Amino acid sequence: MRAVFWKELADYFGSWRFIIIFAVICLAALSATYTAAQTIRGDIAQTPTEYVFLRLFTTSGETLPSFIFFLSFFGPLIGIIFGFDVINSERSRGTLSRVLSQPLFRDSVINGKFLAGLTAIAIMLASIILVVSGLGLRMIGVAPAPGEVARIGVFFLISLLYVGFWLGLGILFSVLFRRTITSVLAAIAIWISLALFISMFAGIAANWVAPVDQHSEAEAILEHERIYDSVMRISPTTLFGEATETVLNPGKRTLRGVVLVREVEGMIPGPLALGQSLMLVWPHLVALIALILICFAVSYVRFMREEIRAT
Amino acid sequence: MAPPVVETIKLTKDYDGTRAVDSLDLRIEEGEIFGFLGPNGAGKTTTILMLLGLTEPTLGVAKVCGHDATREPLKVKRITGYLPENVGFYEDLTARENLRYITRLNRIPERQASGKIDEVLEIVGLSEVADREVGRFSRGMKRRLGMADVLVKDPRLVFLDEPTAGIDPDGASQILDFIVSMSKEKGITVLLSSHLLHQVQKICDRVGIIVKGCMVAEGPVERLGREVVGGGQNALEVQVTESSANLIESIESIPGVKAVECSGDMLSIRGDKDVRAEVSRAIFENGSLPLHIRAQDYTLEEIYLKYFREE
Ligand SMILES: Nc1ncnc2c1ncn2[C@@H]1O[C@H](COP(=O)(O)OP(=O)(O)OP(=O)(O)O)[C@@H](O)[C@H]1O
Ligand SMILES: [Mg+2]
Repeated sequence: MRAVFWKELADYFGSWRFIIIFAVICLAALSATYTAAQTIRGDIAQTPTEYVFLRLFTTSGETLPSFIFFLSFFGPLIGIIFGFDVINSERSRGTLSRVLSQPLFRDSVINGKFLAGLTAIAIMLASIILVVSGLGLRMIGVAPAPGEVARIGVFFLISLLYVGFWLGLGILFSVLFRRTITSVLAAIAIWISLALFISMFAGIAANWVAPVDQHSEAEAILEHERIYDSVMRISPTTLFGEATETVLNPGKRTLRGVVLVREVEGMIPGPLALGQSLMLVWPHLVALIALILICFAVSYVRFMREEIRAT
Repeated sequence: MAPPVVETIKLTKDYDGTRAVDSLDLRIEEGEIFGFLGPNGAGKTTTILMLLGLTEPTLGVAKVCGHDATREPLKVKRITGYLPENVGFYEDLTARENLRYITRLNRIPERQASGKIDEVLEIVGLSEVADREVGRFSRGMKRRLGMADVLVKDPRLVFLDEPTAGIDPDGASQILDFIVSMSKEKGITVLLSSHLLHQVQKICDRVGIIVKGCMVAEGPVERLGREVVGGGQNALEVQVTESSANLIESIESIPGVKAVECSGDMLSIRGDKDVRAEVSRAIFENGSLPLHIRAQDYTLEEIYLKYFREE
């Protein structure tokens, strides 16, 4: 598997695809951070300076959305672009039968390619986060506290899982479909439905199961919200959004959009500790990992016994 | 006793309803060059894929050096080299890098590998372009690189699927020379499939003709020729200075001769054993001189076509 890993990693770093994506993401990240830092500078007088560094990632400016928004948008694209052709392009070039007639297990080919893609993505994300932090540091002139650094680390891991899921999906489709164009279209279709149309489905589902109007009881509204959220959480984009917001914003105490007044009464205002934030998003991380594993399982089942013919 | 290098027992492969290979029994001993012949779609490639564990047989077993190719594919792949019909390389890597990847997948230590790579590139005559990208190779150069690729892992056995397809006559005869020399010098067992009968005839110790998945004839070319075309007989072609009725009579009286036909100064003699010495004596004794005596050998083409006429 090591040989596959190193070869693929070298391929990624030498490829135009990597360079172009990296440039685009850098551009997006830098402009998002720039506007965020300006917003923060503008209102630094009114807001507490605690955790101000983390706001670099979550604040949106007047013209541009926030860094995490960019990441939730571009993340799938990075994953899909890195993954959609790893198996089927080798099949159509005829290199797959040469590689698979060497003494290695077939799953090592998938694993090696996945790990190489994940490593390339990790390096990309880490350097972008560093660049963003560097720019932010210069612009707002506040160094991150150790707690903030830890949260940024967790944020990095969540992002990696998120993009890793899309990489896994891309690889799955590259196993399922013979033609690269089919696999990229299928992956993009899934991405668009999970990112854009899921809120529509969630709304329909919630209205159907627990219809509400202006006169509804609080319980009914809560139920409606609960169903809406559950459906939304099928989408990795929602999982990523909620998880990163919670981790980067220690003031966020609950994932629910609607909170009853009597629930708030008992709450002690103030930021959560990192551990508590993690507890809140733990199910999200597990769900992301599970989604990745599903992609793998299906890829294995399909690829393991398949006929490899050089055509 | 060591198991045969290749052994298939009632090997059968069905593709949704159609039988591509039909209870094939094949044995190839150490050091043999076995030619696998048959029309398009006869099942040659399918048989090779099953022997490599790249596709699973519907019934029967395929064994290489005693290892079941379906259950222990890694053991088989460790000792087997495979040149696919359409061999593909990583176009953006050099010839040397392509081979290096294969040695890494075979876990050949780096130091040993670079010597081995130089050696095989030398053998196939690609030393000068070793550091050129494979994307800029001609088809024939890629085929030769394919031979290097097969040899670099020091196999005991190689499967060559149409090794000379699409190569000019000079290049083809070079490749045939490599095949013969690797078989003779290193004792590598070879199974090759081809449509170029005279080439197969030149280098193969034994051939097998497969039609619609069934082996219809198998053995050394001369024996097949005698049995199939000559009806189990030897035939001589003789040219004399002067033929006469006496001469024909005395040839006919030689024990073992079955029939003599005469057209002008050419005689064709059929018999159930080799009677060249007796025939020349008879010619002298009748006051004539032999200009040319040739034991007629059958070309593989005749044998092959015979099967198709019968079909
Ligand atoms: N994936 C597949 N699905 C269905 N049928 C297949 C498949 N692959 C091969 N076949 C059928 O199996 C038969 C044997 O094919 P195979 O490739 O082994 O022939 P071959 O002897 O190598 O022919 P050629 O000389 O053209 O290379 C053919 O009739 C072909 O149509
Ligand atoms: Mg074939």
